[in-house]
Amino acid sequence: MRQRTRMQRQAKQAGAGGTRIMAIVMPLFAGAVALGGWEFIVRTAQIPPFVLPAPSAIGTALIAGFPSLAASLWQTVQITALAFGLAVVSGVGLSLLFSQSRIVEMTLFPFAVILQVTPIIAIAPLILIWVGFDHTDRALLIMAWVAAFFPILSNMTLGLRSADPNLLALMRLYGASRLQTAWLVQMPTALPFLLSGMKISGGLALIGTVVAEFVAGSGASTGLAWRIMEAGNRLQIPHMFAALILLSLLGIAIFFLLSLLETLLLRRWHDSARPQAWR
Amino acid sequence: MTRRAAAGEAAGQGLLRLSGIHKRFADGTAALAGIDLAVARGEFISLLGPSGCGKSTLLRLIAGLDRPGAGAITWHTQPESGDIGFVFQDPTLLPWASAEHNVALPLRLAGIRRRVRHERACAALAAVGLEGFAGHYPHSLSGGMKMRVAIARALVTAPPVLLLDEPFAALDEMTRHELNDDLQQLAAARGLTVIFVTHSVAEAVYLSRRIAIMSARPGRISTLIPVDVPAPRAPEFRHQAAFGAICAEVSAALRAA
Repeated sequence: MRQRTRMQRQAKQAGAGGTRIMAIVMPLFAGAVALGGWEFIVRTAQIPPFVLPAPSAIGTALIAGFPSLAASLWQTVQITALAFGLAVVSGVGLSLLFSQSRIVEMTLFPFAVILQVTPIIAIAPLILIWVGFDHTDRALLIMAWVAAFFPILSNMTLGLRSADPNLLALMRLYGASRLQTAWLVQMPTALPFLLSGMKISGGLALIGTVVAEFVAGSGASTGLAWRIMEAGNRLQIPHMFAALILLSLLGIAIFFLLSLLETLLLRRWHDSARPQAWR
Repeated sequence: MTRRAAAGEAAGQGLLRLSGIHKRFADGTAALAGIDLAVARGEFISLLGPSGCGKSTLLRLIAGLDRPGAGAITWHTQPESGDIGFVFQDPTLLPWASAEHNVALPLRLAGIRRRVRHERACAALAAVGLEGFAGHYPHSLSGGMKMRVAIARALVTAPPVLLLDEPFAALDEMTRHELNDDLQQLAAARGLTVIFVTHSVAEAVYLSRRIAIMSARPGRISTLIPVDVPAPRAPEFRHQAAFGAICAEVSAALRAA
């Protein structure tokens, strides 16, 4: 009997492992089929590259243009990472302030919402004028920060407010200070909320950077978005796709890194990140 | 009747006296209307009543988590932080902390050194039958074990008073019986004064020296019923005629309340 249950378990594990492999293989297979179909259609229908380049042409453009594209990628990575870091620090800081004072929250939260609901693309020209055209980098940074800031603030504020009222009562019973309550109960409660806000915010920081580069346009910007505009103006569509691929990869990398961070920080205790032991 | 009168005047040294306690909820409805109760040192008293009778509210007032609208709570010696252990209806553990760190939380707040915290938390876990579970996180413990961790946390500061707010209501009957036995052993061994909120007649009769029957809307104590059986009681007590008789008396008092 015990022998049989063990065999069943092994079979189940093998099944689970199979599913995991399939989850990687199947999308790769579908992607390869799509690329093959794309290449085939472009070649047989003889579609000109300035309308739709073949995947092989895009690959060639990516390899040939890589040194200069890498420099642009690095520029975009820097702005995105810096804006994201600023968004995390300022969002967490402000939400901690909100959690300590209801009046500060009531006073400032509406302005955070206004900042969020106003499309950044609409305030971009204003920001460019304010920081001056010789400091385009700062304008890019501010716009990407504005885009990335709100999910952090709103998730962290919600998280800090979600602490179990009985745990808070327990802290009062033992005479805990505000700082102890914040550090030992409210901040750990808020951590899963913050991490999920960071996943949204990381993507938005990249979007903010790209939008800002578009708007800053012919200024000093040399990021990937500018390369897309440039390639478009010159009808170098394969180069456009090459820059686009790098942007996608950057977005994927951001999401993957933040998911990894989430798993590492939560796997020991939070339901969302624990392995499903009883399935 | 004389037995009930005697129950009103608690034997032994007075620990705590509630006089004329009134409390309104935030919406203005009366939660408690004129609670008078004296609690003796080392006694096990249950607050028994239907939901909404204000028994949990009363417990929170005693713990100092809330203030009464009127009336006075007079302690023989004013408790300091760590002198009252409180067990909530839910285990109320930190899900990100191990059993040991959960139990050590009150010591950490009291500024006790890490090494001492470790020793005392492990001792408290052992006292509730959880040796070897110090490193376990709450999600890997059963409902009964989580409640044991909560009890260990309440006892880790060695408080003379333990307040429990329907702690075993969510547990299955077998686990509840085990925890009842362990709780009464701990209370007897340490000479704890226990104020125990419950809505289970059998649980109240099994554990308590006195049962305060509460009526609802507004909450007041309608009757005090003594259980004159020496503690700690053996599990067989649940099957004895005296147990059934007292349960019947308590149930009748609840209906009349």
